[in-house]
Amino acid sequence: MATTNPTAAPPQPKPAAARPRSERRIVTPEGVPLTFQLAERGERAAAVLIDLVIMLLALGLVVLGVVVLSWQIGFSEFIIGVTLLVFFLIRTFYFIYFELRWQGATPGKRALGLRVIDRAGGYLRPDAIFSRNILREVELFLPMTLLLAGPEDGSSGWINLLTLGWLSVFALLPFFNKDRLRAGDIVAGTWVVSAPKTFLLSDVAAGAKTRQESTQTTDPEFPFSRSQLEVYGIYELQTLEDVLRQKGPQTQETLLEVTKRVQSKIGWTGEDRVDPRRFLEAFYAAQRAHLESRLLFGERRENKHDLKGPPGAADGPTKP
Amino acid sequence: MPAPLKSFEFRREREASWRELEGLVGTAEKKGLKSLPAEQLLRLPSLYRAALSSLSVARSISLDQNVVGYLESLCARAYFQVYGSRSNFFESVGQFFAESFPAAVRGAFWPIVIAGFWMALGSAIGFFLVQNAPDWFYSFVPADLAGGRTPASATESLRNALYDGADTAERLYVFATFLFTHNSKVALMAFALGFALGVPTILLMFYNGLVLGAFLALYDDRGLLGELGAWLSVHGTTEILAIILCGGAGLVLARAIIFPDQNSRLDSLARRGRAAGTLAVGGVVMLLVAGLLEGFVRQLVTDVATRYAIGGLMLAFWLAYFTFSGRGRGYGDD
Repeated sequence: MATTNPTAAPPQPKPAAARPRSERRIVTPEGVPLTFQLAERGERAAAVLIDLVIMLLALGLVVLGVVVLSWQIGFSEFIIGVTLLVFFLIRTFYFIYFELRWQGATPGKRALGLRVIDRAGGYLRPDAIFSRNILREVELFLPMTLLLAGPEDGSSGWINLLTLGWLSVFALLPFFNKDRLRAGDIVAGTWVVSAPKTFLLSDVAAGAKTRQESTQTTDPEFPFSRSQLEVYGIYELQTLEDVLRQKGPQTQETLLEVTKRVQSKIGWTGEDRVDPRRFLEAFYAAQRAHLESRLLFGERRENKHDLKGPPGAADGPTKP
Repeated sequence: MPAPLKSFEFRREREASWRELEGLVGTAEKKGLKSLPAEQLLRLPSLYRAALSSLSVARSISLDQNVVGYLESLCARAYFQVYGSRSNFFESVGQFFAESFPAAVRGAFWPIVIAGFWMALGSAIGFFLVQNAPDWFYSFVPADLAGGRTPASATESLRNALYDGADTAERLYVFATFLFTHNSKVALMAFALGFALGVPTILLMFYNGLVLGAFLALYDDRGLLGELGAWLSVHGTTEILAIILCGGAGLVLARAIIFPDQNSRLDSLARRGRAAGTLAVGGVVMLLVAGLLEGFVRQLVTDVATRYAIGGLMLAFWLAYFTFSGRGRGYGDD
């Protein structure tokens, strides 16, 4: 019962999220390509803000320590000297220290799940960390001082304005390239990527299996024919996976609706009143087994419109 | 009839090793790689490689997107741990001074010479300008940098400034740290501004030369040039060399932008930029050494000849260090 009515909407429960354009690939030294998501500019700004707040807190602690110390042993110029030195060390080496210690993350990056990686896929080398963080001097600290300090004596306001405009070219560089590189990343050959954790969930295909204690993942109650499994492609399979993994109050209705659509699409002639979840899990397992076995023969059928089906498939894929 | 579900078997066979790797990586992310016991640390690379090969297989045989996504994420997290920066902070610091820094200096010989040339030119011009018209001094040297040493000062006070004893040492700590942080900012800026095609770097070199020349002319005017030279050489040989190195680092960046090698501009910047960053950080460390010489050694040693000897020794030390340390390994060999 292939769809012959062109006005009928394609039975898609929901479109899967489109692959974002911020995906980048590196080839590890083992020769396996790994995919990363470039960090959003907003995420990176937030990470820097967190780091700046931490630095400010550290500076505040130092000042507090100095005040207490002067109280105890009396004020001396020596203390001021040391304080200035500590200020400098914090400002220059905060980012470098943490990126060296934490494999390319600072407290701010860690809070947002960001990492610095080598664009070529090798080690993140110490010199790359030095370079990318020293450039913050012109990208971050210099514009900040200019903004906060305002016009200095000796130089007029518009000179400062010009300087600021020129410096903001550095500061805004991540907005002008598709890899979101700041000057430090360009010089160090690095990317900042976000590294979200994905958890391993139970296999949806296992649902059919556990119910019957056999090694087969097929459910004997739902014998799908080869032509029934030729209808859908990988995209539909993975959409079905998403549907089956959903949890929520609407799940039962969704499953029922999807079951109906699938049944009409593949021309299901068996039992009409089935448990939707059980039916869909069985269909998922059978469909995946079918598509994976075709994959072994080098036939990758992306979706139902993909016409690379073997000749003689009884029920050819339909037009949208 | 439906084929057996290979990807299901595949997952069942390997899941335990994935979970083990996930546990190790999780611990390493929370508490650092060092918190792992030695035998687990040894297992990490092999588990990582196993996960990578699982990922390759899963990409070609499995249509379970959760498994593929999980393996992508697991491999990426393990990759961060295995190929993140070397975990030992002190080891990388040691390697930095033994090999990377001197190698970076040798690799950037010509940019450093050019930076040095502009500074020398600046000091020559500053010297002659101030010699002819002392008022130029005020244009070149900002008040906070002059520390009260101006053409209006009496010769005696200028002379005394060269021989600060313990009585004025207190004030000098502040001035020395101020100078150190100031110089370091100038040096780091000279490097970072290399990104702007190097023009600001050259200007900075030139300007710092002007300041130096102005001081030389001021003291020369009072017949104190020899004593200033002695005073300056204690820390100045280290300090000026460091600033020139950072200027050279900036010019390395500029060269990579203007004249990229056979790779793309971005690639050549990335490759040379790292060496330049090494140079700049090394320069800051040298400035720290200069600050120590300035703050302590110069207070203790007031004899002109000894001061020259110390300055000359430091210069000889740096030159020998840059020439001979870490030889035989090019920059960035791993």
